[in-house]
Amino acid sequence: MNYQSNDKGYYGTFGGAFIPEMMQQNISQLQSCYLQIIESDSFKDEFKKLLSDYAGRPSPLYYSDRLSDRYQAHIYLKREDLNHTGSHKINNTIGQILLAKRLGKTRIIAETGAGQHGVATATVCARAGLECIVYMGAVDVARQSPNVEKMKMLGAEVRAVNSGSKTLKDATNEAIRDWINNPVDTHYIIGSVVGPHPYPDMVARFQSVISEEIRIQLKEKTGRETPDYVIACVGGGSNAAGAFYHFLDNPEVQLIAVEAGGKGVDTGESAATTQLGRPGILHGSRSLLMQTADGQVIEPYSISAGLDYPGIGPMHANLFLTKRGRFLSATDEEALKAALYLSQKEGIIPALESAHALAALEMIEFKPEDVVVVNVSGRGDKDMETFLKYFQSVK
Amino acid sequence: MENRITSLFKRKERNILSIYFTAGYPALKDTLTIIKELEKNGADLIEIGMPFSDPVADGPVIQHSSEIALENGMTINLLFEQLKEIRKTVSIPLILMGYLNPVMQYGVEEFCTKCHETGIDGTIIPDLPLEVYEEEYKAIFEKHLLSNIFLITPQTPEERIIKIDSLSTGFIYMVSSSSTTGVKESENNEQISYFERIQTMNLRSGRLIGFGISDKSSFLRACNYANGAIIGSAFVTGMAGDSKIEDKVSAFMQKFF
Ligand SMILES: Cc1ncc(COP(=O)(O)O)c(C=O)c1O
Repeated sequence: MNYQSNDKGYYGTFGGAFIPEMMQQNISQLQSCYLQIIESDSFKDEFKKLLSDYAGRPSPLYYSDRLSDRYQAHIYLKREDLNHTGSHKINNTIGQILLAKRLGKTRIIAETGAGQHGVATATVCARAGLECIVYMGAVDVARQSPNVEKMKMLGAEVRAVNSGSKTLKDATNEAIRDWINNPVDTHYIIGSVVGPHPYPDMVARFQSVISEEIRIQLKEKTGRETPDYVIACVGGGSNAAGAFYHFLDNPEVQLIAVEAGGKGVDTGESAATTQLGRPGILHGSRSLLMQTADGQVIEPYSISAGLDYPGIGPMHANLFLTKRGRFLSATDEEALKAALYLSQKEGIIPALESAHALAALEMIEFKPEDVVVVNVSGRGDKDMETFLKYFQSVK
Repeated sequence: MENRITSLFKRKERNILSIYFTAGYPALKDTLTIIKELEKNGADLIEIGMPFSDPVADGPVIQHSSEIALENGMTINLLFEQLKEIRKTVSIPLILMGYLNPVMQYGVEEFCTKCHETGIDGTIIPDLPLEVYEEEYKAIFEKHLLSNIFLITPQTPEERIIKIDSLSTGFIYMVSSSSTTGVKESENNEQISYFERIQTMNLRSGRLIGFGISDKSSFLRACNYANGAIIGSAFVTGMAGDSKIEDKVSAFMQKFF
């Protein structure tokens, strides 16, 4: 079985490019040249160098004694939280800014949920000297305010989006509209493995450095390149795509994707797309989508702004359908608990998004010899306000 | 029977006035009244918008009307129900315009069947790309005598326009500038050279210009370069307010004659 996309951007029946004519030129340009550019030696050299010297890669693979003890397995944390700007998002924005430069674009737009992708985009734009506009749902502007301030300090303009649910989906709509209105000078840096072809594949390639490193680091530490489990949270699915990428063709590696259960999958306040969604089209690709019977997109809910999205990338929809990936969900409460546990037992404050992946450790029966890698996609600085509210309520 | 869009373009070569409105806005029950009043007041063609929760090609006016229409309870099912007897009274061509996901959920084949039964002449589905249409849906649309209308923009390359022309059975929708709906563009040289470039291509399909056309002068100006023009956001804006829907439609239309 092939879990990668074909040349038209399809992962099985998911993917493709369902875009209005107004985006056609930009998308076909990307489709026809992205591989040539990102596979070129000069691009690879520059990308690699920035990942190490600027972003601080490789990120450590850390053996967690305390988690290993608690869950009775060998648990490693892939420390994407230690990257420059605090999450995996920087891997993708470095790649895309280099691409944008080569395409001669001078203006960058992005959508953001948790603000991590917005900060990572503002960061690379500052370095490249390009104008940067970040669309962010008004709800997220409020709940992730430290990141809003960072983006501003980095010189980006943050535009609060007041349509729809005022979260990630609506920020994405608004970024697409911006691109339609500015087709010539602008590149849209999408923050996850979503959107029309070639974005899902391109972003997955940029993020694949995560699993490339895991293989090398695991070999050094254990003598084997493949773990028994890789666990990652899924909003759009970019950190999971990166953590799974080089294990897709190793069927002995169980790929665990953790969605946001919100207040519970059956409460009507959830973002667990594989459980609540059906095939549909949003933001330019066919994937699983939370929607009403007549095809209107349902506004999802999660305490975590980065997972509050009604779809998942087409690669993940295909992993779900083919059962190559196992999809679990963690509720707000479970994620908060996991975040507190990691903070107090390991001294690592994870992002709320990543805490969903950690919460999945509670849901899996491990064997004592199992080697488990949890992708800690980001750090929790941005979530302090949410954490503090929670601690006050449980005290 | 010949497709009404085809007949219209045979009968009328200039100044075709096409009006877009969002079904279910301002009120759920306004659909039929708006259509009938538009025909009575001189519209040549009507585009009935099927509201979608995430209309990425639309500006604030149509976003808002879509949101209200959905809150009011509009669905494709209900729209077909409302339009069931439309051909007893209305004879101008009718087009359904909307995004692909609701149509897919309804079922493309079933949607086309229903369009044909209802007397719908064409569709505009902005996020259904040419390539997918050609490979997956063309046969179904043709079987039900539906003209699927494609858009072109100032960025569309010539060979793609030629391809679109060859696949078009209704008309070509010329987006006036690179924008979402409702963005008003003042006349500029770039736009005129785009219009002129298309004019000299001698396409076999008729052409209507849309996006940013809001009043008689912008309508007439667009008509210099195509068979007519489409008014959307400006009309939708005109449907807000407290007066009777009939009066709002006729007041808006009177500005054009
Ligand atoms: C730290 C972190 N993890 C995960 C995500 C979810 O995105 P994705 O599923 O694309 O990795 C986000 C998104 O904002 C994030 O900030």
